[in-house]
Amino acid sequence: MNLYYRVGAERDLGTPAVIANSAAKGGAGAAPTVNVEIDGRSVAVPEGISVMRAAALAGANIPKLCATEDLAAFGSCRLCLVTIEGRKGYPASCTTLVEEGMVVHTQTPRLAELRRNVMELYISDHPLDCLTCAANGDCELQDMAGAVGLRTVRYGYDGAHHLDKPKDESALYFSFDPAKCIVCSRCVRACEEQQGTYALTINGRGFDSEVVASQNDAFIDSECVSCGACVKACPTATLIEKSVIEHGQPESAVITTCAYCGVGCSFRAETQGGQLVRMVPNRDGHANHGHACVKGRFAFGYATHQDRITTPLVRDSIDDEWQAVGWDEAIRTAAERLQAIQARYGRKSIGGVTSSRCTNEEVYVVQKFVRAAAGNNNVDTCARVCHSPTGYGLKTTLGESAGTQNFDSVLEADVIMVIGANPTEAHPVFASAMKRRLHQGAGLIVVDPRAIDLVQSPHVRADYHLQLKPGANVAVINALAHAVIDEGLEDEAYIRARCDLEAYRIWRAFISEARNSPEATEALSGVPAAQVRAAARLYAGAGNGAIYYGLGVTEHSQGSTMVMGIANLAMATGNLGRPGVGVNPLRGQNNVQGACDMGSFPHELTGYRHLSDEATRRLFEAEWQVALDPEPGYRIPNMFDAAIGGEFKGLYVQGEDFAQSDPDTQHVYAALSAMECVIVQDLFLNETAKFAHVFLPGCSFLEKDGTFTNAERRISPVRKVIAPLSGMDEWDITCRLATAMGYEMRYSHPSEIMDEIARLTPTFRGVSYAKLAELGSIQWPCRDEASAGTPLMHVDEFVRGKGYFAPTPYVPTDERANARYPLLLTTGRVLSQYNVGAQTRRTGAVAYHREDILEIHPTDAQVRGIVDGSWVGLKSRAGETVLRAKVTERVQPGVLYTTFHHPESGANVITTDNSDWATNCPEYKVTAVQAYPVSRPSEWQEMFHRFTAAQQQLSEQALSEA
Amino acid sequence: MTVDAAKLVRMAEQITANMAYTDDVELVAARVADHLNRFWDPRMRQAMAEVANGDADQLSPALKAAVRQLHGVAGEGAL
Ligand code: SF4
Ligand code: SF4
Ligand code: SF4
Ligand code: FES
Repeated sequence: MNLYYRVGAERDLGTPAVIANSAAKGGAGAAPTVNVEIDGRSVAVPEGISVMRAAALAGANIPKLCATEDLAAFGSCRLCLVTIEGRKGYPASCTTLVEEGMVVHTQTPRLAELRRNVMELYISDHPLDCLTCAANGDCELQDMAGAVGLRTVRYGYDGAHHLDKPKDESALYFSFDPAKCIVCSRCVRACEEQQGTYALTINGRGFDSEVVASQNDAFIDSECVSCGACVKACPTATLIEKSVIEHGQPESAVITTCAYCGVGCSFRAETQGGQLVRMVPNRDGHANHGHACVKGRFAFGYATHQDRITTPLVRDSIDDEWQAVGWDEAIRTAAERLQAIQARYGRKSIGGVTSSRCTNEEVYVVQKFVRAAAGNNNVDTCARVCHSPTGYGLKTTLGESAGTQNFDSVLEADVIMVIGANPTEAHPVFASAMKRRLHQGAGLIVVDPRAIDLVQSPHVRADYHLQLKPGANVAVINALAHAVIDEGLEDEAYIRARCDLEAYRIWRAFISEARNSPEATEALSGVPAAQVRAAARLYAGAGNGAIYYGLGVTEHSQGSTMVMGIANLAMATGNLGRPGVGVNPLRGQNNVQGACDMGSFPHELTGYRHLSDEATRRLFEAEWQVALDPEPGYRIPNMFDAAIGGEFKGLYVQGEDFAQSDPDTQHVYAALSAMECVIVQDLFLNETAKFAHVFLPGCSFLEKDGTFTNAERRISPVRKVIAPLSGMDEWDITCRLATAMGYEMRYSHPSEIMDEIARLTPTFRGVSYAKLAELGSIQWPCRDEASAGTPLMHVDEFVRGKGYFAPTPYVPTDERANARYPLLLTTGRVLSQYNVGAQTRRTGAVAYHREDILEIHPTDAQVRGIVDGSWVGLKSRAGETVLRAKVTERVQPGVLYTTFHHPESGANVITTDNSDWATNCPEYKVTAVQAYPVSRPSEWQEMFHRFTAAQQQLSEQALSEA
Repeated sequence: MTVDAAKLVRMAEQITANMAYTDDVELVAARVADHLNRFWDPRMRQAMAEVANGDADQLSPALKAAVRQLHGVAGEGAL
């Protein structure tokens, strides 16, 4: 059945399509056409494209080397010459645009001769080891030699040449063999145009010209971020994936979606038999347009890592050894234990947690399991700890819990405001699109306590960096809005037409109060009033002002307030409802949006409909044939508190690792230890599994059929590339568990689950696997069967009708620096690693980030006697850990920064149980701490190592048998 | 009672503070009650009600008023 998915080679039409306003309502508008004649055939082609592309569309492939559809035409190789009637000479077809009535010949004896001459020169300085070359079968130079009929090389091969240049194997995932370079500069242009990193240049002139990374550095030491764009662009074996060198050319491909971040890049998973050889970004991918980052492109080794558990495990207590068992026994054990707990402690004593890493279908069945089979609403999702405030804030103000734009919209923004997000590290492919727009001259405002890369990087410089103190977000957003109103910059006509005027009146009075002025908030936020005012003017007066934000907004005790503040600012300046504007959460995990859409929160069903809504409940009750509890259940932190209180006893955890990812680790440990049955479904025996009684092995994204929904609400297909290593589909595990507990759940394929979702969810009307195969991807809402999706939301009116201005008082966090804990710790992530690192730490990418480092300002370091590279003890009211210091001015005095990719770092031993007032999203971004030099790991770390070693021992026997 | 009452009070007061953009205690109380009714498990609402029945003076005026408007607590046998 999977043969259905196989796709052929990607076609390269040579030069890019003309981008019609893709962000406009219905997607690409039909561009006007012109009529041309190519080799005797008349064709109508879009205006503004190249002769090369027109010929390709008409079926004539003109030889080319320096051109590729992913990059702007360059015109350097002179292989693509054509003749055009009425014009002199032989123009390059890649740089010549079509004109009405043009008559083109792509093949004549003279053209053939010219092309052969060009090829002859290239080949005379190229090694002739085609048969043993890794690119054999996928080399454009080889193809072109064939296409132009090259038979001899008159120059001989012993003149001056570049054949002895050494290879650079330093990059982790690809190799660079300059001897094979034809200096077409496609790599250089890919690094500039697609990635925006400018790591490569052509050094020297004429015969001496060569490709170099940074200042003639090895790749690993250069600015290269290993996105792989240059590798894809290279027409020869010069830049090539090491996996292809190792395995040979892939023979088959499946289109699927990256399982790392919320950009949701579309990929061709290219295989050789059952072996994944490489992941190549899909040119037709609607979120990424043929681009990717190091994680999706290269970091897939975890899927086959030796730590993968592929057999179910059970044990009675966490001090017992794990026993490897068959699926039936594992499911029976899990079901019996959950039922016994319910019999003893009540129906509401168990619950489940869905994962943003899993597919929509897998998430849906877990929440259905909890509501229908367990009979309560104790279901939550890991989005609780990242974007729950987005759901609350955007639903309240705009009426829908999702970002307003598609990614392409950024290409029409005039001013971009980035708040509490670090796109170049966390959403790299979107960051590249953003940088493209910045290179074209869009304004940039960065609101962040740290000087993130965007503040100043090659060809990008923020107009304003509002470097606020951690915890002062709401003060700053209020000050920006105050300045807008104070200086009369609001869009009155827009507000009158689109917003709830009574709410606006109340909000306007509130925001105009002196306490919200830039001058009054300056002392709290540390941002000079004049800067705030200037930034407000830039954003409000831009034409198109677009806001992008991340976890630096949500993971605060006022996360929901801040999201509403952002929506207020956008409404007040009329920056919602058209291309180039909007309020855009940059979602962390690949399927955060989807997990939220699928009814994972304890208070709502799919499509964000509250349980108390009778009509919705009836709909589900009829479909599921079960009575639903109309009251909300526990959120994750409530589950933990209730576990410690002794009334919550059993938890089914789908692919989430609380014991590392959730704040206040010691509290989490206590809660997990207090439960009688913890069931973990995951790829690895992760931190949480150390507390588990049943382990159900899950599938990597390469082993599943399903869908992910990215940060722009785009539902994209995930397709099985290889069979599940565990022999069981993840959705099926959940269904079997429900069935074993007496509630029958059966589907024959995940497409049936999607059909059920579409039946029950108004915003998913008509979404099906067939439609996804046809369209490639679909952005919800789909309000009727015929809908092809909605790239832009709130176009004529807000989803809630009138936009609602919510008052946003600034309530400072309780987590304040004081004499005991005088510094503020904030947390984040790096490009090469992903969250808890369970995946990325099990790939070569670990070489880029071996440990979590503590960034500290030189002043703070000096007074404490902390030097670069030394061990630093960190203590908060929650706990104590030890990290290695990096002394840097990237952080402000008084602020510390670290990542949390490695469990032994214990970054979350330090973070507290403080959380967002509305959603309990933890306040990861602010913890008051003290720092001091130490010489050994903390007590917690020592305990962690002992516990890890003990747990490892308890699984050794079972794993060696299995 | 099995939940940590002090923590619930802290969370409820936090909600109240964030809703308190006006001095109108009744308005704030209504919004706080609505929030707790929509997002809190009834067992947590029940625990809040018990706190209010005991030492109500530890609660801010708006929260105290809000607790009186909670659904499904004390007497109605929500548990
Ligand atoms: S891998 Fe990406 S960043 Fe590195 S040189 Fe190539 S295009 Fe540039
Ligand atoms: S490395 Fe490849 S893409 Fe770059 S100039 Fe050489 S042949 Fe062209
Ligand atoms: S940007 Fe995100 S979705 Fe795209 S390849 Fe990288 S990790 Fe995957
Ligand atoms: S492909 Fe046109 S000049 Fe190289």
